[in-house]
Amino acid sequence: MTENNQHEEQGSAYGRFHRRVLEGKAVVFAVATTVAISIGGLAEIIPMFSASLGPERSEAVTPYTPLEVAGRDLYIREGCYTCHSQMVRPMRAELLRYGEWSRAWEYTYDRPFLLGSRRLGPDLQRVGGKYPDAWHYDHMEDPRALSPGSIMPAYDWMLTDRVEVADVTASIRALSTAGHPYDGDSEEWVRAEMERQGGEIVANLQSAGRETTWDTEIVAMIAYLQRLGVEGRQILQQQATASAPEAEASSTESAAAAQAGGGDR
Amino acid sequence: MESSSSSVSTATPVGVTPDYDDRIVKMFFTATVIWGIVGMLVGVIIALQLTFWQANLGPWLSFGRLRPLHTNAVIFAFAGNVCFTGIYHSMQRLLKTRMFNDTLSRIHFWGWQLIIVSAAVTLPLGMTQSKEYAELIWPIDVAITLVWVVFGINFFGTVARRKVQHLYVAIWFYMSFVITIAVLHIFNSLAIPATLFRSYPIYTGLTDALVQWWYGHNAVGFFLTTPFLGLMYYYLPRAAERPVYSYRLSIIHFWALVFLYIWAGPHHLLFSALPDWAQTLGMVFSIMLIAPSWGGMLNGLLTLRGAWDRVRTDPVLKMMVVAVSFYGMSTFEGPMMSIRAVNGLAHYTNWVIGHVHSGALGWVGMMSFGMLYWLVPRLYKRELWKPQWAEAHFWLATIGIVLYTVAMWAAGLMEGLQWRAINDAGQLANPIFLDITARLQPFLLLRVVGGSMYLVGAIMMGINFWKTVRGSDEAAQTPASVTA
Repeated sequence: MTENNQHEEQGSAYGRFHRRVLEGKAVVFAVATTVAISIGGLAEIIPMFSASLGPERSEAVTPYTPLEVAGRDLYIREGCYTCHSQMVRPMRAELLRYGEWSRAWEYTYDRPFLLGSRRLGPDLQRVGGKYPDAWHYDHMEDPRALSPGSIMPAYDWMLTDRVEVADVTASIRALSTAGHPYDGDSEEWVRAEMERQGGEIVANLQSAGRETTWDTEIVAMIAYLQRLGVEGRQILQQQATASAPEAEASSTESAAAAQAGGGDR
Repeated sequence: MESSSSSVSTATPVGVTPDYDDRIVKMFFTATVIWGIVGMLVGVIIALQLTFWQANLGPWLSFGRLRPLHTNAVIFAFAGNVCFTGIYHSMQRLLKTRMFNDTLSRIHFWGWQLIIVSAAVTLPLGMTQSKEYAELIWPIDVAITLVWVVFGINFFGTVARRKVQHLYVAIWFYMSFVITIAVLHIFNSLAIPATLFRSYPIYTGLTDALVQWWYGHNAVGFFLTTPFLGLMYYYLPRAAERPVYSYRLSIIHFWALVFLYIWAGPHHLLFSALPDWAQTLGMVFSIMLIAPSWGGMLNGLLTLRGAWDRVRTDPVLKMMVVAVSFYGMSTFEGPMMSIRAVNGLAHYTNWVIGHVHSGALGWVGMMSFGMLYWLVPRLYKRELWKPQWAEAHFWLATIGIVLYTVAMWAAGLMEGLQWRAINDAGQLANPIFLDITARLQPFLLLRVVGGSMYLVGAIMMGINFWKTVRGSDEAAQTPASVTA
């Protein structure tokens, strides 16, 4: 497109080089571009797979149960992550509002990650155990019944729609392939696991006057939400106790911070 | 300087009719206008849902499912088709040859539209991989890869049979778009399928997060920046009838931009548990990105030297000037937001949404509109139906962007400050999260107003183009100014 070749003679040395070697030979240009765009990605991503440079790991974390996987898939289906983060930042206000800050190993079995990029609603990393099961049941049916002025949509279909065991089994099999340790991957095993854990939630809901069955979406959703952050908090407390007495002061501090989120909704 | 040598000229030897495929350009242009209006409309709907929760209609049209539809529609349907319109039009002229293969062009066009339609069906059904701008389920990801390969073959085939020796700067930027999007898409989409509609990524936890934001940030860099810089390097000099300001600057800022951009992804994960070295690299490279970004802005703006009188009267140039200015502003704002201390305040707030939209509405949108208002009369050899509507579109869009970004800045600062406020007793000053959300409502409503103005402008453009293309024969008289 350049109509005259003035800068062949006039331009700087790199200008002449660029014009002759790169612009004249498209293959060279394409290869040079590929190299330029590859370096940064390789330099940042490859070390993620190394034990010393990558995210911190912990053997104590357990994978999501089949019912929790079903709930997590619903969380993804409904796009909950478009409004709720799962990442408590190491800042004083966040510790007060949400509890312990997020550790890398807590996400060991987060596939895909659900850190989120926006907080239209509060962070959910430590929501597990914060409210009773019946609270979540009512909140999904009508958020404004419990949080007047909330802008969250209602998810009342979750109370009636059902989770397919075959579908969850497919998920467990794919996650097993990815390396998540499960005791089984047959449909019978998945059903038994879901019935067991779902049954506990159904009993909780029943004692609060809500009738449902173990295979409804709401039960899977509650199972997932009630698990969030609980295991991480327990492991952190064990670590703090194990390194006592010198760390005793800091352990009570972090336990206090973990409790402090209570008034928030 | 050596600027005169970088002039863009499409002068064709007298008596020779170039055998360019303009039909494919018209197809991509038509798709651009339709998907642009759809994508922006969905944007206004989800903005409304944040002020009136009642606007969440059942499972299929609730915010969580529509928000990815909005982002995918404006990025891949609107901006994608704009890029293809401009690339198919300009590269034939820059390389003085017809596209490599017309069938590949058609497969690219229809394949891409089919991908968009399947996205518009699957996302409201809740079929998603949840990674931002990479939500589409794995079978669609496979289709994207195939269509992109078709585009790549067609692109490089055209480059190979070019009738000019040297590659003009616009072609460099197009090339980086073709190559980098392929790399990003493939590596971020690697997943283990569970069913036809669901899969799990091969990466886990923060590694998955890093790969995603390597992809996500460079989707901005190589889908919404480099191809649009390529369009700027072709269409702005054409519209201004001035040569590109500096050839040397274009070399430096091209290589610096494509090399530095790739590193900046981790700034999306500051204060997360991602290893500190990666967070720091992300921050440092983001700040360095100011230099090549502003190199592009300056090369664009300085190309207008001697043509500023026409900026006052020509809607095409007005839109391009606003576009390049917003490019400069958002590429200053972005690095600032990547500084840890600033990010601590801005992250997770509406400020980020404001930042994205000053880039998307200001840079991408205005550059697209400017290009289309210049291109369509020439493509169809008809005068624009109502030039004064283009003028109105410019003002609606510009005022709309300002209202939108100001509202989001205010909302973002407010929520960022109120989330972190601690009282004298050492407790949260605003312990109830919902109280802060309620205070955002006036700003969220103002955002709906700004976004709606932008949408109305785009609809006016759509009508204007429809009437231009389908106009009476009277309007078909080709004015001298259009034959260039």
